[in-house]
This record gives sequence, C-alpha cells and structure tokens, in this order.
Amino acid sequence: MIIRKLLAAGVGSGLLAVLACGLLPASAVADDPSAPPADSAKATPKVELVLDVSGSMRAKDIDGQTRMSAAKQAFDDVLDSVPENVELGIRTLGADYPGNDRKTGCKDTRQLYPVGPLDRDEAKTAVATLAPTGWTPIGPALLKAADDLKGGDGTRRLVLITDGEDTCAPLNPCDVARDIAAKGIHLVIDTLGLVADSSTRNQLSCIAEATGGTYTAVQHRQQLTSKVKQLVGRSTDAVVAPVATQGAATCTDAPQLKTGVYTDRELFSENRWYRVDVPSGQELRASVSVSADRAVNANYGVLLRGVTTHGREIVRDDEDGTGRTDVVSAGIRYPKPHKDSDTPPETVCLQVGNSFSAGPSVKTTPGLPVELSIDLVDSPDQPSDVAFFGLGSGWWLLGTLAVSGAVLGLLAGWVSRWRLSTGRTVR
Amino acid sequence: MSTTSRRAVRLLTVSAAGVLAAAALALGAGTALADDPSADPSASGSADPGASASASPGDGDAAPTEAGTNFRTATVLRQGQEATADASAGDYLYWAFAADTGQHVTVRATVTFPETAARHGASTWQLDVYDGLRRRQPCRFGAQTRTAAADATSVELVCKLRTIRSWAEPWSNDPLRGSYFLRLTVLDLPSTDLGQPVHAAVKATSDGTAGRQAVDGSVAPVVSAYTPHTAPADGWAGTWWSPRWLWTAGGGLLAALAALGGHRLARGPIRTPGRPRPGEPPREPAQYANRGMD
Repeated sequence: MIIRKLLAAGVGSGLLAVLACGLLPASAVADDPSAPPADSAKATPKVELVLDVSGSMRAKDIDGQTRMSAAKQAFDDVLDSVPENVELGIRTLGADYPGNDRKTGCKDTRQLYPVGPLDRDEAKTAVATLAPTGWTPIGPALLKAADDLKGGDGTRRLVLITDGEDTCAPLNPCDVARDIAAKGIHLVIDTLGLVADSSTRNQLSCIAEATGGTYTAVQHRQQLTSKVKQLVGRSTDAVVAPVATQGAATCTDAPQLKTGVYTDRELFSENRWYRVDVPSGQELRASVSVSADRAVNANYGVLLRGVTTHGREIVRDDEDGTGRTDVVSAGIRYPKPHKDSDTPPETVCLQVGNSFSAGPSVKTTPGLPVELSIDLVDSPDQPSDVAFFGLGSGWWLLGTLAVSGAVLGLLAGWVSRWRLSTGRTVR
Repeated sequence: MSTTSRRAVRLLTVSAAGVLAAAALALGAGTALADDPSADPSASGSADPGASASASPGDGDAAPTEAGTNFRTATVLRQGQEATADASAGDYLYWAFAADTGQHVTVRATVTFPETAARHGASTWQLDVYDGLRRRQPCRFGAQTRTAAADATSVELVCKLRTIRSWAEPWSNDPLRGSYFLRLTVLDLPSTDLGQPVHAAVKATSDGTAGRQAVDGSVAPVVSAYTPHTAPADGWAGTWWSPRWLWTAGGGLLAALAALGGHRLARGPIRTPGRPRPGEPPREPAQYANRGMD
C-alpha cells in the first residue's frame, strides 16, 4: 500500500541520511595525529661501573661466597651481556693501598678499564686481578668517575657497588653526587649496597636520590647480576637530552626559549622566568618538573604561570603535594587563535616557582633540579566536535521532534481537508 | 464506528508501529555502537595509516618488562597490555600510554613482594596518573594509595580517571586525549626495607567511545615531542563520530512519520476515484462523461 511504500521510503532515506551525514565529515574533520618526535641523536651511551674493593669485601655473606667473588662473578655475566653500542668502563675504589694512613687511603681510586669500546676478555682479566684491600673513598671515586664519563652527548650512568659507607669524611659523597648532577652533564648514579646497615643505606639512597638514580639492597648474587644488567641496559634508552639554561628573576631579563627540554636549578622558594614566542595559530604547551633531590619538608608545591610582557596572567597551574616524592610537576596550555599571517608572535613569560623547604641542616645550594619542557603545536582553528554540528541525543529530543512533526502533519492535514471540502483540491 | 474512523485508526496503528520499529532500529544500533568498546570510531577511515605504522617505540605484541625512571624515560605501554617491572622498593616507576577521546580509563597496578625478601613492617604504595602536560590527574574511584601489611604478598592499586575529553578550557585541568603517565612508588616504608626487591605490574584499560560526552571543540592530542611517543594502535580517533548522529537521524525519521500520520488523520482518507466506497453506487467520473460527449 501507499503507506507501506512511504514507510519503506522513509526508513530508506533516513538510513541514507545517517550514512551520508556520518561518512561525509569523516575526512573533513579527522584530526591529524601529533607529529612524531624528532629522532634522538644516535649518541653513544657511556656507563661506568664503580666497584668497592675495600677490605670489608672479604666478608662471606652473599650466598655463602665472599662479597668480592660474588661481585666478580656478577661482573663476568654483565660484561658478557653489555649491549654493543655501550661504552663501558670500570673504576675501583680501595683496591691498592692496604695501609692505615687515611690521607693516602682516601685517594685510592683507579680506573681499571677505561670508558670506551669494550674488549670483554681484557675487562674480565682486569676484574679477576682484584683483591679486597683498602679504604672506601666513595666521594673521590665519584668525582673521578664523573671525569671519566665526560664528552659525547649520549646518556651517562654510573653504577656504584659498595658494601659500606664512605670512610673519608668530611667529603660527603651525597653532596659530591649533587654537585656532579648540578654540573649539567646529566649523569645518573645508581647505587647497590651489598650490606644493609642503616648508615650505608642512608648514604647510598641519598646519592641515588641526588642524581635521579635508584638504590638497591643486594642480598644474592643473582640479584646483583640482574640488577647491574638492568641498569646498564637502561643507558640505551632513547631520551632527549635536555639543554641547560638559566632563568632570570624578571621577565625582561629572561632567556628566550624555543621548543625543547631545558634544565635549570632553582633554590628553595625561588621564582625564575623564561620567555617563549607563540605564533598565532599555535598552542604553547609547557610542563615543568621540580625534583626533590634532597631531604625536604613534607609539604611542597610548584607553580607555573604564563604571563604577558605587561604582567597580565594568561594561564596558570600549580600542584601541591605531601610526603615522599621524586618530582612535583605542573603544566599549562595556551592556544593562540588564528590571525592574519603578518601578526607577530606573542611573547609569553613563563614563571616557574616552588614552595619547597627543608630543615636547617640541609644544604640549599645547588638549587633543586628544574626540567622545563616546551612544545608548540598547531591548534585546530575550527571546532570539529559532533556537538558543534548541532546534533542532539536523548529521549527528549526524540519526543520533541515527534510531537512537532505530528503537529505540523495535523495542520497540513486540516488544510488539505479544508481545501477538499471547499472544492479547491490539489488534484 | 464509521468506516472512515476505522481506516484512520488502522492507518495510525500502522504508522505508529513503523515509527517505533524505526526508532528501535536506530536506537538499538546506537547503544550497540556506543557500548561496544571494540567498535573503534577511527576504523571508518578517519585514522591516518601512517600514525599506526609508527605508533610507538615499544611496538610489537610483547608487553614491556621494564619501567622508566622519569617522565622522559617512561616505558610506552599499550592499553590492555600488562607491563611488568622488577624494581627496588623506593624506586619511582614510570609508564606512558595513550588515551583517546571519550574513554573511561581504568589503571590497575599490582605490587608483589617476593618471599625471599624479609620485610620489617607495613608499607604504603601509591599509583599516580599524570596527563601529557604532567598535570596530576585525580581518580574518580579506586584506591590509589594503599598500605600493605608486613606479611602481605601483594597490594593492588586502582585508579579510574575522569572521561577523556576532546576539548577543555586552557585554564582547566580536565583530562585531554594524549599521553598519560603512570607513576608507581612507595610512599612510606620502614627504612630497613628500602631497596628490597619488588615486582610491579600495571595495566590500563578503557571503555567508551568518542562523542559520548561531546564538547564543543577539539585539541590536538597532548603528546610532547620530548617524552616517549604514544598513540593508539589505530591512530587518534576523529572526533566526528557520536551516537548523536543516530539519535538525531532517528528523531528526524520519527518526526517525518509523525507528520505523515498527523496529516493523514487530520485530512481523512483520500477518496480514490477508481474504487467505489462500499454501499455507494458506482459513479462515472465527470471527465469521462465529458470526453465521451466530444
């Protein structure tokens, strides 16, 4: 019947409409996937293993072996599995001077195998000659090891394996580690403790914390082997090397930054300013992470603000926290609308502040490590979301449409009836 | 009841049934599409094939067995994969994954303590989620911080994020599509347990589709070029698809049918010239009579 045909036609056209509406805008408004990151430079990663060969390594408490022989076996395994492109070196501390003179004992650190392309057999032979001997000069060894790893622009890692705390006060190895980190050479120190007494643990975890490394308490040889392998393997992670910069106290003196990752140091409760140019049609995305690389008070915060050159705040984000943490981070977005092509880029001042604090015994210099990441991406100039197309959803929409359709239909029906009855038919 | 009204009623019933059937069809399809997480909106051609080809460095089917130690070295994880890592208590473990518009993301982490390591007291563990701008994201539900007793063998943490949006005010902290970072760490533990081995496993899953909670606009995925590159396996969803298309189209259909029904009801049945009404003598149409006269 007519009605059935009409119905069929209605359903058909409805489906067509759905298909047409659904498919047409697909290509028009599909968002571009974000651009892949720039390939990180194929720089050679450098790793140095720093092994404690002090007299205490004679103790027989690792799986029934001496600490020294456990370390030697672990080194053999690790040397066999070092990734091809990694330049590996070995440094010892306390390997040569058996005497009691503290001054001489505290200088006893030697590069056993230089950082460079690895000859596995040569390195293994060198390790085999080691015998537990002298003092534990961790601080001097770290300083020398940092020198060993100089040069190149790959990642740098230092793995410190020791069984006791530094015996060469007043040089605190933890401060040494923090100073090394502040040099901006992005050296990460991982520490492995072969014995779990509290002062060793505190010192080693402090060294690791100061450089963004990890601390592991080792009880078994297998654990030592797998951990060192894991740490050496981490040096091959492809990461973008940050660029060192120095923020200023005001926006006018602030350094001009482009997109990239930057590092800086910021004292407790200090504010630093940076400048970024944002062209029209682009969105500024800035993230900042402030690391707690020393013992800080339990409550802290980070502030990131985007401000115009005239001092008007555009956008801000702050993050507070409490308790143990490695970093506190905040991020802002600032989309700049599309304008004419000759509109000059807007200079946005970025303010990075922190509200860290620490007890009186904690050194405040060098400042806390700040990592600032700046991206500029194309911001979509047109909203392309479905809500924008004016679509609706829900039973109320359906009801409203049906009722209004019915009312219109009734009106049209009455009109045609009136025309029929007055003889003015359409036919 | 007169013949006219009976016909009208029959007509109405037919059209009403048709309308309901059509509406049910449209809505049924709508809900099915909306609720099925496997119905990927980007599958219909909006995704750039290049995007999925170069999805992430940690590509392939093998789940990652390492974790990063900061935002820049975070290990890339795909949704649905269970990433594992062997670590020391006190480490900060980072993973990154991509979350797309409309998804309700659930992140689960399990920390297992090996039996060989003797523990001296309870430890508190926390799972934090950060977005692509490194802003910490709150959890709607789920225990993101939990304390494991000294004799517990494992502790499980859960975080259900807010719905991922395609657009938000620059001033808001709403979750936008892009990278998400997981950070798993111990908040508090006896100092004697620091550095002891632990095993961690994390998994991110999601349901929901783009457009379910549509907002007026879209933002390029928040993925920094300086952190590990994350993208969904099929590329970012276009923001055009929504069950709203079905609702609106269904509503239009319903309105058209209702209009038809209303029109028919108000005008009354058409008197077809060729078919005489029952009980009425057949009439010769005037035109024919006239033509015959010519």
